[in-house]
Amino acid sequence: MNRDEIILSGLGGQGIILAGYILGKAASLFDKKNATHIQDYGPEARGGACRTQVVISDSKISYPYIDNPSVLAVMSQEAYTKYSPRMRQNTVLLADEDLVKLKKSKHASLFAVPATRIAQELGRVAVANIVMLGFIIAITKVVSVEAMKKAVFESVPKGTEELNMKAFDRGYSYGLEKLKTVKGEEK
Amino acid sequence: MNLKGSDEKHYIDKYLREDRMPHIWCPGCGLGSILHCFLSGLIKTGISMDKVVVVSGIGCTGRVAGYLKLDSFHTTHGRAIPFATGLKLANPKLKVVVFSGDGDLIAIGGNHLIHAARRNIDMTVICVNNFNYGMTGGQLGPTTPLTARTTTSPIGNYERPFNVPYLAAASGAVYVARWTSMHVRRLEQTITEGLLKRGFSFIEVISPCPTVYGRMNRQPTGLDQLRYYRENSVIRHGADPKEVDIDLNGKIVVGKFIDIERPTYSDLLDEVVQKAFEPELPKPDTSKKRATVAGSTPK
Amino acid sequence: MPRVGPLVGEFFMNGDTACAEGAISAGCRFFAGYPITPATEVAERMSARLPEIDGIFVQMEDELASMNAILGASWAGVKAMTATSGPGFSLMMENLGLGVMLETPCVLANIQRAGPSTGLPTLVGQGDMMQARWGSHGCYSIIALSPSSPQECYQLTIKAFNLSEKYRLPVLIMSDEIVGHMSEKVVIPPPEDIEIFSRRKPTAVPEEYLPFEPDADLVPPMANAGEGYRFHVTGLTHDERGYPVMTAEAQDRLVRRLVQKIEQNKTDIIDIEEDGIDNAEVVVCSYGISARVSQFAVERARDEGIKVGMLRLVTVWPFPEETIRQISQRVKAFVVPEINYGQIALEVERCAGGAADTILVPNMGGSAHRPETIIDAIRGAVR
Repeated sequence: MNRDEIILSGLGGQGIILAGYILGKAASLFDKKNATHIQDYGPEARGGACRTQVVISDSKISYPYIDNPSVLAVMSQEAYTKYSPRMRQNTVLLADEDLVKLKKSKHASLFAVPATRIAQELGRVAVANIVMLGFIIAITKVVSVEAMKKAVFESVPKGTEELNMKAFDRGYSYGLEKLKTVKGEEK
Repeated sequence: MNLKGSDEKHYIDKYLREDRMPHIWCPGCGLGSILHCFLSGLIKTGISMDKVVVVSGIGCTGRVAGYLKLDSFHTTHGRAIPFATGLKLANPKLKVVVFSGDGDLIAIGGNHLIHAARRNIDMTVICVNNFNYGMTGGQLGPTTPLTARTTTSPIGNYERPFNVPYLAAASGAVYVARWTSMHVRRLEQTITEGLLKRGFSFIEVISPCPTVYGRMNRQPTGLDQLRYYRENSVIRHGADPKEVDIDLNGKIVVGKFIDIERPTYSDLLDEVVQKAFEPELPKPDTSKKRATVAGSTPK
Repeated sequence: MPRVGPLVGEFFMNGDTACAEGAISAGCRFFAGYPITPATEVAERMSARLPEIDGIFVQMEDELASMNAILGASWAGVKAMTATSGPGFSLMMENLGLGVMLETPCVLANIQRAGPSTGLPTLVGQGDMMQARWGSHGCYSIIALSPSSPQECYQLTIKAFNLSEKYRLPVLIMSDEIVGHMSEKVVIPPPEDIEIFSRRKPTAVPEEYLPFEPDADLVPPMANAGEGYRFHVTGLTHDERGYPVMTAEAQDRLVRRLVQKIEQNKTDIIDIEEDGIDNAEVVVCSYGISARVSQFAVERARDEGIKVGMLRLVTVWPFPEETIRQISQRVKAFVVPEINYGQIALEVERCAGGAADTILVPNMGGSAHRPETIIDAIRGAVR
């Protein structure tokens, strides 16, 4: 049984929940796998630590929670401090390098991306979550690129599709480049 | 009820459930007169009786619904207005009337009253005010005048009462009037007018409760109370509702206070829907295409 | 904006949204509610969906008003629902009773959070299961369904409407915060593939119509307001005419029927899901999100060679007494995980009648069970 357990985390307002939703939707509707998406809900949505859990599996998912993620993406220092202790030996850690100060020596499989800076270059910091999604897909391949593109296109606010597709592509190609050069040994 | 010595039926009889007579109201109670005024006022509107729905809450006035041979609902204490709101919004063709007492509408149901008035739901509320909780034996209510005695204010009421027309008007009612159960012709006329008014119309009817309130406040019979109304009522149409408070055994300002135009809840809803959506509802789409709905992606 | 109309296809949506879509598929065209976490998404979805399909969404001043408004709408002939949680559910109890007494079809979804009082507004609980059964004053029977997934939120909402129309009473959907907020694939079939039941109309002429004269299934046909029947209904104890009758005899006749119309039709109403019960030594009995976690635990326990079955209560009320009684004759124990300090476990224990042990796996709320806790209880039960 193949079960991917992905935690996306950061601050309320960064679009973490939407990113998790898009990931789950892509896996479920377009890659035809089973997927569950859970959001931590409450005051966090308005500025505090924020987390979303996505489980993707070939078989039925009876337990939608993640104790030890196989993929952890962090977009804030607090999220890194809070969730990195939950990593397994082989957890793939992805981080926004401008927002998180990483203890690089501790992680066997670490990939960093300036997601927020790329989003700024594109003209809207709000698409940092989609840059991060592109990056995650390039590195981990938990969902197919085609499925992700469809899900991003359908799920972002009307009128922002083009910008978000661009953001996804930038994150994705940054990830492919990263794989060529470092292969997860950023130490 | 047959008229004495005659087989002739009274013209409102066919709208009463004769098999439920005699009613439960005390001798001297004003509810009989008010019910009569309601039916004769209703008949004059020409509204189809099949479309009239009467909703009551709990209490002596709450029993009105049960004596009417119309679609009628005897609901829970204070909740007649939200129940009626559901009826009216779900079927706008209904003529919805709420008939209940002051305790039911102003105390336990007070929140519903102000919000229905604010929304300007198209319904008529007839609030029979006898200044106390009659059915449970004469307790203090939100309309009991200062210093009046009731079974829960045996040494005199020290709570300031609501000025009911002012409350209704301030909340947004488009039609507000007050009469006593003695003003039968004027009340009947007002009921006709209120029923034909579009929007939230509110009619307060001051009514005797000789059995408890009257007995405890020096008006021990229904006749005493009617005499008090005759001697102390002041007709003042267009009076500022702010100034129609009632003191114990004091003057009662009656008349039509408010009659204004304001779009109803349904008017505003229709306007927004027409602006927001194209007129046609599509045929069910079976091509498995996904459609998006306003606000359907998570925040 | 174009109108969307009925949705058809596959969607990735959360349980609350799916509940709203189920209502729309079932023909619900009236929603009255008051914002409360974690049920707000049901109201939000309805506020976006109902106006475009000529339905009514109204946000009332409180939950008392919401419950009454849906009763009124139902009597106007429109299928109606509300959704709430925690303190809002308590407020709705008053007029849930009126709905039972007036035999009014409607649906109330409770997306359970942890209490008592304000408790944990954003986190899961299953502490309202007994309140669902007994929460309004007086004696009556009720129907409550408990979904374990967004897909089931969709389907059980349709079922809830059908049952409410068939048996003329408010039907409860006892969901929970996790199922309500979790997104998963939801398949919505075309309207022609959805089975819909609507209330039986009277065949008598208005002059002879008795609003509470039951048919053989103990359910009276129902006229709507404005159709010329000129009926009276009351929350007081009443006879077949709908007239108040203040006697012990009338009370006996009415309340017996209100209870019996559910009890007598139990086999039609009850829906349970069994997995590996036949040769089980121990059976885990659960519902809602807890059943989902239990399923996970059961599979792990089977990996260890334990003969364990899973009984998922899709219908929680009326309780599947006979099923529990039968299973209790063949197993050592029932393990009952639920997010409270023992509510459904009491029912299981009652029906097992001492023939099998009942082991409660309590959880005070805030999160689902950890599967290990349930696995430990299963191990303990076979030891």
